[in-house]
Amino acid sequence: MAKRILTLNVNGTPREVAAEPQALLLDVLRDTLNLTGTKRGCDLGTCGCCTVLVDGVPQLSCLTLASTVAGKDVRTIESVGNSEALHPVQRAFAECGGSQCGFCTPGFIMTTCALLDESPRPTDAEIREALSGNLCRCTGYVKIFEAVKTAAAELNGEKAAPVATARSGGGAE
Amino acid sequence: MPLDPIPDARKAVVVKEPKLTNWEPYRKPMPKGEHPHYPQNGLKVVGTRKPLVDSPLKVTGEAVYTDDLKFPNMLYAKLLRSRMPHAKIKRIDSSEAEALPGVVAVLTGEGMEGKRFGVLPLTKDEEPLAIDRVRFIGDQVAIVAAEDEWTAIEAVRRIKVEYEPLTDHQDPQKGLKPVKDKIHEGIGIDGSNVQKHVDQIFGDVDAAFAGAAAFSRRSFRFKGVTHAFTEPHAVIAHYSPQGRLTVWSATQVPYYVHRSLAEVTGLPMHRIQVVRPKVGGGFGGKSDPFAHEMAVALLAMKTRRPVKLLFDREESFLSGRHRHPTETEMALGVNADGSLAGLEIQAVIDGGAFASFGIISTYYNGVLSMGPYKVPHFRYRGRRVYTNKVPSGAMRGHGAVNSRCALEILLDETAEQLGMDPIDLRLKNLMEPYSLTVNNFRITSNGLKECLERVRERSGWDQKFRKMPYGRGIGIGCGFYISGSNLPIHWDIEPKRYPQSTVHLKVDMDAGITVHTGAAEIGQGSDTVAAMVVSEVLGVSMDRLRVYSGNSDTAPIDLGSYSSRVTFMMGNAARKAAEDLRDQLQAAAHRLLGGQKENLVFENETIFDLANPTRCVTFNDAVKEAIAGSGALVAKGTFISTPMGGEFKGATAGLAPAYSMSAYVAEVDVDVETGIWRCTKVWAAHDCGKALNPLSVEGQIEGSIHMGLGQVQTEQLDFLKSRLRNPSFLDYKIPTSMEMPEVEVIIVESNDAEGPFGAKEAGEGPLLPILPAVCNAIYDAIGVRLYDLPLTPDKVLNGIERSPKQKPTLTVKVKAPPMAPRMPGGGAE
Repeated sequence: MAKRILTLNVNGTPREVAAEPQALLLDVLRDTLNLTGTKRGCDLGTCGCCTVLVDGVPQLSCLTLASTVAGKDVRTIESVGNSEALHPVQRAFAECGGSQCGFCTPGFIMTTCALLDESPRPTDAEIREALSGNLCRCTGYVKIFEAVKTAAAELNGEKAAPVATARSGGGAE
Repeated sequence: MPLDPIPDARKAVVVKEPKLTNWEPYRKPMPKGEHPHYPQNGLKVVGTRKPLVDSPLKVTGEAVYTDDLKFPNMLYAKLLRSRMPHAKIKRIDSSEAEALPGVVAVLTGEGMEGKRFGVLPLTKDEEPLAIDRVRFIGDQVAIVAAEDEWTAIEAVRRIKVEYEPLTDHQDPQKGLKPVKDKIHEGIGIDGSNVQKHVDQIFGDVDAAFAGAAAFSRRSFRFKGVTHAFTEPHAVIAHYSPQGRLTVWSATQVPYYVHRSLAEVTGLPMHRIQVVRPKVGGGFGGKSDPFAHEMAVALLAMKTRRPVKLLFDREESFLSGRHRHPTETEMALGVNADGSLAGLEIQAVIDGGAFASFGIISTYYNGVLSMGPYKVPHFRYRGRRVYTNKVPSGAMRGHGAVNSRCALEILLDETAEQLGMDPIDLRLKNLMEPYSLTVNNFRITSNGLKECLERVRERSGWDQKFRKMPYGRGIGIGCGFYISGSNLPIHWDIEPKRYPQSTVHLKVDMDAGITVHTGAAEIGQGSDTVAAMVVSEVLGVSMDRLRVYSGNSDTAPIDLGSYSSRVTFMMGNAARKAAEDLRDQLQAAAHRLLGGQKENLVFENETIFDLANPTRCVTFNDAVKEAIAGSGALVAKGTFISTPMGGEFKGATAGLAPAYSMSAYVAEVDVDVETGIWRCTKVWAAHDCGKALNPLSVEGQIEGSIHMGLGQVQTEQLDFLKSRLRNPSFLDYKIPTSMEMPEVEVIIVESNDAEGPFGAKEAGEGPLLPILPAVCNAIYDAIGVRLYDLPLTPDKVLNGIERSPKQKPTLTVKVKAPPMAPRMPGGGAE
């Protein structure tokens, strides 16, 4: 079908894209807007790697038509923080070992941001339930649970924000 | 499940007397807290909890995986896959596909004789695209390159293939006998579909069984399971106008891909570059060189444009190299005093369509049961059989997982027959540290005793075992795994002359240190291990280090990330490279400072005299002094494992420079009305020699528990005839956050004499104990033994209905010898 011009509000900026009516939000984010932090893991809504926030709610971008989010606030991992100023959730995932291969990490971080926004002091059961749509094959989730709790504590002012970011740990390509 | 006689039955290999040369120098237990690799001024970095050096990239979404790469003028590829399990290709008509606007090239297997490849040099049975027949549903038949993905998909639909069906071989048992339409001519036993057969006998198992006081023989069935990494396979290839081929691929072993590309394309290796971007998990499923990598490379050479291929999830299920579906018959005899009398294993392993690592898988199903207990008499018969199903290969705990599960269940059963606590039975049979097994494995450091004692204590075992209410139970299981394969399987010529791992370091005027290694970072933290080791030896901040491990142009050859070899082998190579650099800088510092050169130590970005710390120079100044007149400093370190092993066919299989040990206790809660069960808590003790980075070791153990729990609880490759019918995460269920039990990790450090700073592996061994610990816990809970994994609720409920519906009891008749007081914090015996 013919492409139409669509205005999406992505990470706080209006972006005009030409997309077919059946275009998926994941394809538009990754292929058209080059926002490759959102990952493609299954295309079936089963792994959670493509999770983004739409008006603050976690949504699977591989099951979302791009046209349905026009006018809504779409947030991807690129808006959460950067390596100069990591968001407390990002810092906690890095420092607690909540990210190994990293492929599921953006999805987990988006889900966690939404969880802590809605429930700043989640119980263990709430954390497990909130994350149950995101699959991780590396960590066994244990350090992810720890990261969510650590981030919650920092966001609630119960844990002093560290001065140095995780960046001071050497580098790889 | 008695094995059918092999048509061409060959004599079993019988070895009675262990023979080992060059053993004595290695019988040297390390005292706790000391190691020849420690710097004079003690450890500063090794042993601390370090976030992965690439974690800032991963948590920001800036880490670049293969599918995140785009190149100018790039084409998109799609594969046509076979819908037939086994058929001759009579004709392929791609004219309609080629006529579609936007299609640039179509490749088929025509003319690809001579392009066969495979991970093991002895069994090259794969083709970039099927040459004249397809061997499983999903086999690659043709590949299309088009200007965009949708055009490629449409073009694939328009390719017409005419097949002539051949016998569909579904059952590996039937493949033991002569068959019609053998799957791979020229490989394995003539006439049958057996790809590899292994027969080994050590001692006299029948006599040992005859004298045993307790005995159990059981048949076990293990369904196939898959790695289920979150990143599907992806590859990009480009053939440049300079005549160089570059391939970016999600791979664990860039070197194997490199070699296979050279064989398939005919280009010399130096005209091929393999780049490994970030890899979204491997677990063994990205360690073969793959047909899709070869096909895309050929397509790039034909079109002279960059070509990208990304698998969808179903394709990753079809092309993966899953854990072998296995039927195992195992028998264990135990003497009246609790010592093991003998062990017999027979395994029929469903190899699927290709050989993959199959020779090794077949050996490992037997020989990796030679520890962690003393087994005086042993007989193994293994058959890996080709079938027309998705290919099996290496998966975390390669070859050891299923047999380990069976053995640990039999230990539980024989302990009960003897009236002995199952932990006591295991303690009774510990291998001595620095000893030999009957098949000549060289056992060095061994912390199993401490593992067992600590999980017993932490789990409250003595208060819980056979004492919890009906429906709740606790079970024990142990593990034993190689720290790297001693034989570098892929050096065809004179293997022992070439290092298994090499690390290069470079320092220039900026005093930043680049670390070059071919060890593949796949999320397990190998870049971080390299950085920590170098930082430790040179006394510099990790901030100075950059690890380059993803490009064959700059990386010295390393055999890659499989067989739990990286920490041991690359870690040692990195240590030696850093020591080489340290010596150069020490000489430069000595020129500036005078005094005793040997007294100069490296710490906190400074080089100082241990006797007089005010005599010091900064790291930067020492670098400048060293560079003056000579240019950038370079250093190199290598690892070659020491000669070891007996002299008989198959003696090298399972040999490793060290072995990890582990003991887990699992607690389960079974709903006796529905058969639904939960694993509620795991106490996991793992002897990794020395935790270089405890944060990573814990992560490996917790992740292993997740993966092993999946195999015992929900995961199975479900076949309808030859068709895999659950190739998605909807139907193939890996544990979610809701199923994951609480885990208490107990790191045991037995301080291996040869491991870097005492370290051994922690990547695969930790998966082994969770399966049997859960199986044994379920028996403790409901008195039902199940031998058919996964233990789905229907099987559990069936078992309950046929059972007396009460807990098993244990009358202690054989007591273990009193326990020696444990050394706090562990250490060598």
